Amino acid sequence: MPINYADTAWVLASAAMVLIMTPGLAFFYGGLVRRKNFLSTIMMSFACLGLIGVLWVVYGYSLAFGPDKAGIIGGLDYFGLIGVGQAPSPVYATTIPHLAFMVFQAMFAVITVALITGAVVERIKFSALVLFSVIWFTVVYAPIAHWVWGSGGWLAKLGTLDFAGGTVVHIAAGVSALSLALLLGPRKGFKEKEPMEPGNIPLVALGAGILWFGWFGFNAGSALTSGRLASNAFVATNISAASAALSWMLLSWVYRRPSLLGVATGAVVGLVAITPAAGFVQPIMGIPIGVGATLVCYYSMLLRAKMGVDESLDVWACHGMGGTWGALATGIFSTVAVNAAGRNGLIYGNPGQVLIQLVGIAAVWAFAFGMTWVIGKFVNTVIGLRVSSAEESVGLDISQHGERAYGGPVR
Amino acid sequence: MKKLEVVIREEKLEPMKKSLEELGYFGMTISEVGGRGRQNGIALKWGARDFRVDLLPKLKIEVVILDEDLSSVMNAIVRSTRTGEIGDGKIFIIPVEDAIRIRTGDSGVNAL
Repeated sequence: MPINYADTAWVLASAAMVLIMTPGLAFFYGGLVRRKNFLSTIMMSFACLGLIGVLWVVYGYSLAFGPDKAGIIGGLDYFGLIGVGQAPSPVYATTIPHLAFMVFQAMFAVITVALITGAVVERIKFSALVLFSVIWFTVVYAPIAHWVWGSGGWLAKLGTLDFAGGTVVHIAAGVSALSLALLLGPRKGFKEKEPMEPGNIPLVALGAGILWFGWFGFNAGSALTSGRLASNAFVATNISAASAALSWMLLSWVYRRPSLLGVATGAVVGLVAITPAAGFVQPIMGIPIGVGATLVCYYSMLLRAKMGVDESLDVWACHGMGGTWGALATGIFSTVAVNAAGRNGLIYGNPGQVLIQLVGIAAVWAFAFGMTWVIGKFVNTVIGLRVSSAEESVGLDISQHGERAYGGPVR
Repeated sequence: MKKLEVVIREEKLEPMKKSLEELGYFGMTISEVGGRGRQNGIALKWGARDFRVDLLPKLKIEVVILDEDLSSVMNAIVRSTRTGEIGDGKIFIIPVEDAIRIRTGDSGVNAL
């Protein structure tokens, strides 16, 4: 098939937009931690830009999108990008160069690993995080991406719908975050209820804004064409983000005061929840999906806090539960009128799609939680997951990186 | 009355606050400061790394207490902030001539 220039331009632009989500996430997370860990938190995301950026082209893309092996994993045919060139792939995004599809997918792998870091900030040893990331990317992300998006992947064949990564990115990262946080244990002073106030909420809001912008590439880019479907996904994405930002603001107002942190968090959970659905549902369904995301994530957060788990930046509540809601909502609201390659959902007379979505959700939950636990145990045995108590007290900026976020004689 | 100027590690603020509260002292003023002591600040070693900073971030707490509480307050502060490593900080004790609560005009110990 000949190259379509509009499609290629849109997917390349989208890839750049998804790339900038990771620095956006870095500041979203960075603003939420105490000042002494600001730089180290940002560093975790930037390390993924380098690390996963390399691993993806060496073998990651091949494991996820190489020729299918039993529905579980891709073969190593594309090792080192052999055979991935300017001509389109025979199976994926057949109107754009294979390289464009490959690099678009690379950005998803980067941010998925970076998302997990929010659970373990302020106490994980940097070397342990790097080792964990390499293994997790290889044995968790690549297989799940293949199951859902790979040609011949078992969840794809089953009919699980995931337009842009509700299961692959958000459930996988969110559930792994919970698993790793449970293994690592709470931050020093967490049990004693010492104040752990966010260091800089305006930067959290800036990070959320960058994520919102980049998410148009994430979701609308996942159409892999620049026409009708991309427009549908784009609009659905904004509606859901706006609905969730608004409803979270109102919810925080009911409980206390309208919160900037609340609006920013709301926007992000709305974006998470629409991710699997954006190219399968009528855009207006972004309203129930976004409002539902606020309710699910807000109360998941309260539950997490009540259980005394220090999953520090609520990756599980926002991405794990937001992604779970989004995956379910896709089974409820999807329609072939939007996307002929999709399926009808519950409200269009196909309740079976909800069950198929549940299978996908359950499989990714179980696999991500269990594998992360095993990888975490392994890394803990080999090099130790946690910094020493003194290193934690002084902060990871100095103890792990020998740098400070703020210079000068006092700071 | 005595004023204590206490320079401590940042992470020791919460334990120190708790120990003063147990003695009935809730009022205090704190500021973020940079400082160095006899060893000239400088070499910071955490884990396997050397980190060279001239002035290290510290907190300074100012608290005014009754003369008769001096030794118990001193003990509480030392107990709650000491690690035994270089950089634990210092306590300076300064006599206070008078104090006034601005809202009411109360003076002396009544202003504390």
